[in-house]
Amino acid sequence: MSPALAELERLFPPGRLLHKPGELAPYESDALTAFRARPLAVVLPETHEEVVQAVRWCAHHQIPYVARGSGTSLSGGSLPIEGGLIIGLNRMNKLLRLEPQERIAVVQPGFINLQVSNAAATYGLYYAPDPSSQPVSTIGGNLAFNSGGAHCLKYGMTSNHVLAARVVLPDGETVELGSESLENTGPDWLGLFVGSEGLLGIATEVTLRLLPKPETYHTVLAAYDSLAKAGDAVAAVVASGLLPGAMEIMDSLAIEAAEAAVKAGYPQAARALLIVELEGETPQVEAEARYLDAVIRGSGAYEVRVAQSPEERLKIWKGRKAAFSAVGRLSPDYIVQDGVVPRSKLGQALAEIEQLSARYGLRVANVFHAGDGNLHPLILYNGRLEGELHRAEALAGEILKLCVALGGSITGEHGVGMEKKAYMPEMFAEADLEAMRRIRLALDPLELANRGKMFPGEAPALHFRGAHPLEKAGVISRE
Amino acid sequence: MSYWTLRPTRVAEVQEAVKAHRTLLPRGGGSKPALSTPGEGQTLLDMTGLSGVLEYDPGEYVLVAQAGTRLLEIEALLAQHGQYLPFDPPFVEQGATLGGTVAAGLSGPMRQRYGGVRDFILGVQFVDGEGNLVRGGGKVVKNAAGFDLPKLMVGSLGRLGILTELAFKVFPAPKATATLQVAFPSLEGALETLYRLAGSPIELYALDLQPPTTLILRLGGLAEALPARLERLQAFLGRGGELLEGEAETTYWRSLNDLNLGEGALVKVALTPRRIPALEPALGRAPRRYLSAGHLLYLAWNDALDVLDRLLKAHGLSGLVLRGSTHRPRIGIDLEQAMGYKVTQALDPQGKFAR
Ligand SMILES: Cc1cc2nc3c(=O)[nH]c(=O)nc-3n(C[C@H](O)[C@H](O)[C@H](O)COP(=O)(O)OP(=O)(O)OC[C@H]3O[C@@H](n4cnc5c(N)ncnc54)[C@H](O)[C@@H]3O)c2cc1C
Ligand SMILES: Cc1cc2nc3c(=O)[nH]c(=O)nc-3n(C[C@H](O)[C@H](O)[C@H](O)COP(=O)(O)OP(=O)(O)OC[C@H]3O[C@@H](n4cnc5c(N)ncnc54)[C@H](O)[C@@H]3O)c2cc1C
Repeated sequence: MSPALAELERLFPPGRLLHKPGELAPYESDALTAFRARPLAVVLPETHEEVVQAVRWCAHHQIPYVARGSGTSLSGGSLPIEGGLIIGLNRMNKLLRLEPQERIAVVQPGFINLQVSNAAATYGLYYAPDPSSQPVSTIGGNLAFNSGGAHCLKYGMTSNHVLAARVVLPDGETVELGSESLENTGPDWLGLFVGSEGLLGIATEVTLRLLPKPETYHTVLAAYDSLAKAGDAVAAVVASGLLPGAMEIMDSLAIEAAEAAVKAGYPQAARALLIVELEGETPQVEAEARYLDAVIRGSGAYEVRVAQSPEERLKIWKGRKAAFSAVGRLSPDYIVQDGVVPRSKLGQALAEIEQLSARYGLRVANVFHAGDGNLHPLILYNGRLEGELHRAEALAGEILKLCVALGGSITGEHGVGMEKKAYMPEMFAEADLEAMRRIRLALDPLELANRGKMFPGEAPALHFRGAHPLEKAGVISRE
Repeated sequence: MSYWTLRPTRVAEVQEAVKAHRTLLPRGGGSKPALSTPGEGQTLLDMTGLSGVLEYDPGEYVLVAQAGTRLLEIEALLAQHGQYLPFDPPFVEQGATLGGTVAAGLSGPMRQRYGGVRDFILGVQFVDGEGNLVRGGGKVVKNAAGFDLPKLMVGSLGRLGILTELAFKVFPAPKATATLQVAFPSLEGALETLYRLAGSPIELYALDLQPPTTLILRLGGLAEALPARLERLQAFLGRGGELLEGEAETTYWRSLNDLNLGEGALVKVALTPRRIPALEPALGRAPRRYLSAGHLLYLAWNDALDVLDRLLKAHGLSGLVLRGSTHRPRIGIDLEQAMGYKVTQALDPQGKFAR
């Protein structure tokens, strides 16, 4: 054992320092299983001080490290650095404080997203950001990736719901960012930290904003004989001045998969399904529903269903939420892409994706957050066939370039991580990247924190690995 | 006080100015003079020459404008399409600009409904302390690529860069609004109701406390639903209150927008409602108003600012002087920390924007 590792052994008791090959295996990749790397060791701190000690140890020995929550990143954000340290935060999973009157929850970083809403439910409150991985992903991971969900248009992303964080900087110093107030009187340092993908430090305590649960939902499922009509319907809803909580579209391939998986009762002949959900105060939602129904009726839907009970609503959402992992039934492997286009370009983007799909000879299923132009094309491939993974990766890259060309972004919620760093220059000029890099280097001159992520540079070779174990187990599904 | 004034009309001129001058201070409309009055030897960059809306498609909910664009122009354009800036920036009639609003980090009463300026900024273009033109964020309503430089610029007070262009998410404006003013026998009673409202599914565009004991509540939405919602709100409150509707209602909120609370320095304080009971007696007769369910206080202070500085410190609060003369607009507790120091160094290594 190296002297450095022996030193670590004095800081972390057995069981909380893993370095044997068998112990390391589960940490070798995240949900982007195509990448894999062998860390030197994993430590499992239980307190803020232990995180500080681990980070100081890394700084002293110049060993790069990755903070890790549940490892559900789809962009290789929590991929280990070869020979580096993993600081696993799953044991820091306590709810420290829940103050219903102040509408805040203070949690450790390993606390699971869905548990926040569960804990708040008795007070009529909830935590708005709802990534599809919410039953397993951690608040620390959500914060680092500024995760999103179906409700971003109205409620924003994770960043809009984090009030404060205690952060260990890459040199081991601790800072407190933000406060319990929704307002600020200086630069928004917390705003910069959220979404920084583990490159600027490790959050060890996070203060979240809770919202009162909406009183009523009105959920509409509309079936169309073309994707274009569903897209136009979204534009018509926006033009009517309504602000739905969610607007989602699924194409026929996604419908087929979802039906096979959870029997949501979707109209199976549909070329596209649109889900629109209004939420809020009952009299307001009732009035809005009349406008929405008129808009949907005028949009050429051949079948329209309105959820008549909470059970019917959940059934509609169950199909939507299951669509991604369900695609696994149609194909042995798939890549979830995550790009954004201006809403008015949705139709064009989908048409071009269809052409790309034909050109590459790979099927693409589409499920997306139509309200905010966040596409999630699912590229189906067979990893056992020579070269298909690389073809799928190339197609995924073309889709990203398309998003940028249409005025959008290379990621709406899954982050840049390892997967998309090569595409950062598509979106940002050299001076833009340089400014980000300078900020990074000011805080981490040795680039120890999540080295090799977000900024363009060398990437490890792709391997074929298949789905995330949690997906195979049916615990989570991709959005 | 002697200083130069430059009025760039192109972004390249801002870059040249930053390269050529030793220290600079940007100014938008000058509506927050405590923040935009240059010191000795400082070059004042009057940003109003970089003005105009660059992109606006109502169907996208996105507006892109140059930093020197007056809010008045932006609001008028949005209103033509039934949309608005949900964070409700102050000083619209006073000539406030989009850049000054972001740099000062200011939101108004309607921030209660959907959030403050930080929740709506999507993209930014700025000139850093070495004259580089930098972009962050994007022009779509959802984006997770790269560091969130747009949010970083909120409240940056011209210290991290000269803002030249900003992209914002906008929303459909409420089609109809009504306001209820409800007086309570005690501050305690008013605060208890404030808490109950903030934790309830009742959606308010504004939830303000006008000391000593009045709550001011603004409802918005579809006209046909408003009467029923007002009734429910009154039932929830257990009292009728005084109703403001129509022209009188709009005028009331428009006149509040200039935050002309009274004589003296205008100060913004960030807080939470639980601080109010202890703070109230200490603030004495200073005219003031708490916005956004007790998270934001605007205050007119007539005494020496040092006195307020000490008072805020004693309560663990931070404040920002918007109008009034001071060399140190940030008062109360010191929120500087290592991360802020280092990031400032990264964007402005020569201290061109230091004050
Ligand atoms: C099936 C499936 C569905 C998904 N659906 C969605 C979705 O709908 N929306 C969405 O946005 N994402 C989604 N994701 C992606 C992923 O779940 C999110 O990015 C999530 O936030 C990651 O959380 P985690 O705890 O697994 O973090 P990890 O994967 O462990 O880490 C992610 C990143 O955060 C950093 N990190 C972790 N903890 C900390 C900390 N305390 N401080 C600083 N940095 C830290 C890591 O270094 C890494 O860079 C999905 C993933 C899967 C597998
Ligand atoms: C009571 C009152 C009444 C007024 N009435 C009128 C009137 O009727 N008509 C009129 O034309 N003017 C009027 N003014 C002046 C007007 O307010 C100024 O034009 C106003 O300052 C607008 O500036 P601003 O609000 O955008 O922010 P400023 O006060 O200019 O600046 C606020 C902060 O933002 C920073 N900043 C500003 N722009 C940028 C940028 N681009 N990048 C980075 N940082 C930036 C500044 O350095 C400062 O820290 C009035 C002022 C007052 C106080």
